Amino acid sequence: MTSRALVIARTDLRQLRQSRDFWLPLAIIAGLFFVVLPGILLLLITHVSDVRLVKQLSDLVGSLPKQLRTRVKGASGPAQASYALAVYLFAPLAIIVPLTVSSAVGANTVIGERERGSGEFLAHSPASEREIYVGKLIASLVPGYLAAAVGFACYSLVVNLTVGPKVGGWFFPTRNWWILVVWVLPPFIALAMAVILAISAKVSSAAAAQQASALVTLPLILIAYAVASGTLFRAEIVAFVIGALAWVAATFALLRGSRAVQRERLLGMGG
Amino acid sequence: MDDASAMVELDGVRRTFGSVVAVDALSLRVPPGSVTVLLGPNGAGKTTVVRLLTGALAAHGGHVRVFGLDPSGREGTTVRRRSGVVPARPALYDRLTGYDNLRYGAQLFEVPADRIDERIVDAAERFGIREALAARVGGYSTGMRARLALARAVLHDPDLLLLDEPTAGLDPESARAVLGLIDELAARGKAVLMCTHLLLEAEGLADEVVVLDRGRTLVAGSPEQLTHRFWPAARVLLDAEDPALLDRARDLSFVCAYDRNGTATVELTDPSRVADLVDALVGAGARLRRVEPQTPTLEQLYFAIRQRAGT
Repeated sequence: MTSRALVIARTDLRQLRQSRDFWLPLAIIAGLFFVVLPGILLLLITHVSDVRLVKQLSDLVGSLPKQLRTRVKGASGPAQASYALAVYLFAPLAIIVPLTVSSAVGANTVIGERERGSGEFLAHSPASEREIYVGKLIASLVPGYLAAAVGFACYSLVVNLTVGPKVGGWFFPTRNWWILVVWVLPPFIALAMAVILAISAKVSSAAAAQQASALVTLPLILIAYAVASGTLFRAEIVAFVIGALAWVAATFALLRGSRAVQRERLLGMGG
Repeated sequence: MDDASAMVELDGVRRTFGSVVAVDALSLRVPPGSVTVLLGPNGAGKTTVVRLLTGALAAHGGHVRVFGLDPSGREGTTVRRRSGVVPARPALYDRLTGYDNLRYGAQLFEVPADRIDERIVDAAERFGIREALAARVGGYSTGMRARLALARAVLHDPDLLLLDEPTAGLDPESARAVLGLIDELAARGKAVLMCTHLLLEAEGLADEVVVLDRGRTLVAGSPEQLTHRFWPAARVLLDAEDPALLDRARDLSFVCAYDRNGTATVELTDPSRVADLVDALVGAGARLRRVEPQTPTLEQLYFAIRQRAGT
């Protein structure tokens, strides 16, 4: 089973790699969110000289929960503010971008086979419906996880280069960020993919799949935003529990979602 | 036909789509080393039959057995691994190269990894697309796409080849390659089931012809059986130095129909009376230049069958 699922995943990823018109906009969005926007914002804050703005930034740090305030590094108001932004307030980036990438790929994956007519080839192939599902799932998850890994690495570099000199050296990623990226983010992407693949297998066009996926991912992004913030703001044990719950939910959703891929639907029948 | 050795067995199969009956009470046997042709107009249920055979669709009634296994059940993987399908639309991946399309097929159908390249080259050469293997399929012509789909269908050396309108839209060269492939596979003991509405392409290939209409079998049998059943009169074409002398044939007791328009067409009550016909005409002084007993084309048979059935 595994080898056929991997063959399907590899072929889907190869097609994706060949589709520059598809992945280039997603790469630009990832670059904007992980590098350009944080880089500009953090640079501006760390080099701010306007007294009023410095005070406002100090107030920003002051608005953080008490236990977090003690962890904020930096001697000046701008340095503390940039540290707080980098560590606590940009967390949703780690969720939004990978989810956007994975959902864009996932929404198109099964319905795309139907629309191109290649679903008939898969329907007549020895691959079981579960193998097809797992292959499509891997092909949808990999771009999201890759975006998360590369984005996280780039973001770490940007943060350390811009804020590091003001707070006594490289400090990022913090332990809670590791937990967020390695333990909390993956099940959320998997959960979203379970829903999106089920949609992609049932709708009648790629456009409908994209629209329905957007509707589904929006609340998921909001939940993920809250969870990500909670992960960073609270104790590590809470983050572990949140991650564990997300894994349970993702596993359940993936098992149920595998029923959505049916040979008849690959042929363009059923609904 | 020995049922035990049949590669494909359909028994009273029914499949519906909502209120539309696509296949109804269909029974069919395809033995190894044979070519079975499903003939019928669009919407007759031919594509549905192919899909039922691979388990891509499940039957709503009756029994489907391929290699003695149920294709829509747990054994479906085995059935599909031993079958090759050329769908009506080639079902290729346009963004991938021809080579990548073939490799994908080879890997999914479990061609041993160390033989994949060799099989791809062989199949590509056979269908004249080796030079195009490195190009993206999106740039292929219709004929090249059809050839690539064919190459992919035979990469794993299937025991059963299912072809759904395989020559539709093909150039003559590609169509010939398809028909050559069918002939060769049958000669190697493989079973071939071909759906078509093009009677000419089934001509000379079919061991068994099944004429479908609205999902039901109108008639089935070998071309010879069908000829005997639906074309009982033996037909002979005649020409002579003095064509008027051929008109004597009209008065012979074993001639049931006569027509002369340039050459004469004579229908006999019994095929064995051709020699008597020649004797009678020579006796009447005719110097014959042409005596050509005719068997009906599949097209003539098809329309005779449909006419008889009143469809």
